[in-house]
Amino acid sequence: MVWKIGLFLLLSFVSIAGIAFPIVENPTSWYHFPLIPGLEENAKIIFFHVPTAWLTVVAFLMSTIFSIKYLRKRNLDDDAKSYAAAQLGIIFCILATVTGAVWAKFAWGSFWNWDPRQTSIFALLLIYGAWFALRSAIEQEDKRASLSAVYSIIAFMTVPFFIFIMPRIMAGLHPGSADDTNAGPVVDFKMNGNMQLIFFLSLIGFTILYFWMWKIGYRSILLKEKINKQFIRG
Amino acid sequence: MKAYALFRKDLHSELRTRYAVNSLAMFIIVAISVILFSIGQERINENLTAGLYWVVIFFSAMSGLARAFVSEEERGTSLTLQLIASPSTVFSGKLIFNLALVFAMNTVISLLYAALFEGFVLQNFVLFLITFVLGNIGLAVSSTIIAAIIAKAGSKGTLYPVLSFPILLPLILTSVSLTLNSINGTSFEDSIFEIAIVACYDIIMISTSYMLFDFIWKD
Repeated sequence: MVWKIGLFLLLSFVSIAGIAFPIVENPTSWYHFPLIPGLEENAKIIFFHVPTAWLTVVAFLMSTIFSIKYLRKRNLDDDAKSYAAAQLGIIFCILATVTGAVWAKFAWGSFWNWDPRQTSIFALLLIYGAWFALRSAIEQEDKRASLSAVYSIIAFMTVPFFIFIMPRIMAGLHPGSADDTNAGPVVDFKMNGNMQLIFFLSLIGFTILYFWMWKIGYRSILLKEKINKQFIRG
Repeated sequence: MKAYALFRKDLHSELRTRYAVNSLAMFIIVAISVILFSIGQERINENLTAGLYWVVIFFSAMSGLARAFVSEEERGTSLTLQLIASPSTVFSGKLIFNLALVFAMNTVISLLYAALFEGFVLQNFVLFLITFVLGNIGLAVSSTIIAAIIAKAGSKGTLYPVLSFPILLPLILTSVSLTLNSINGTSFEDSIFEIAIVACYDIIMISTSYMLFDFIWKD
């Protein structure tokens, strides 16, 4: 219970700090953010957009890990855990796409222009969509579990291409791209200490929130199955 | 050598009906003529030519490559195959068959493109050849493993391109830029990174497919 209050306070602080702390050219006090040329006020989205994109990948990783676990042990609980992780993953994927598109409207002038990062988040969205389409196509429980586990592992093999390789070799406007000269690698040296601190606090806060949601998600799936079985028997 | 025997068996049953080959050939002709109709008299640029080349390849592959496993499920022969051969042998046999099909199909598509599209002039032919070989291997491997999943999922026809597209996307994107490079005459050294990506993709997909096929094949 205590950690839930702590999480609430942490995320409240991150939200307030991320939105309300001023961006000034020469930071003097502890709550000043530095001015990043080319990004200016738009830089504040890093506290909310990057955690959602990060959680999209974390959720996919967890879904794949539980898929591997399922294939080794053949325990349907692992399939439920993988399913719950992917359900959250697609929500965070949509959030990352939408926040990114809104940011792009203000930073680049258009909602969507097939920047490598946009392509890769779109590909992740497609993978999640295909995965859910596959799951809904199969009736039999164990067959559905094993086939979707295999597909999630195969799909996860392509994720490094999207997340790590494509955005770094292709020319793009996204901060941190291969030819990004004006905004540079944002996390490394353009942010000052307190901006980095709030960024990592936000990352940690969102990750804890994700794990909490995931736990509730898979427990509700397990309970639903249990009730269904009782209903069939009795 | 059992894999080769399986390939021969598939080849024989294919030559008996010629279903996959005929439908593939017709699909290629239809797809290319639709593109030609929509272009009309206009001369399209290299960028679009390279992209359209891979669009035709992708959709032709989606129309023909699922047959390898779906036909076994339809005829009810997959149980017999499970008895007589190990999963990796079955996968090798199907993979060889799909490789042959993909190489034949893409050779035809390339010939038709060279004949019909003005923009499809290859300045750097060696680069195109490497792209062609590596791209075809990746395409065959990914579509074979997805075909196995589809066949076990009750051969839902519309699901095949949906499942394959995200898996094939890194391959297609890099192949498009490599094809564009070979049309533009970019030197081999400048495209070495893209070639490395496609080669990595092939190796990753081959090893993953062989590791995971057991779980798909055994019910």
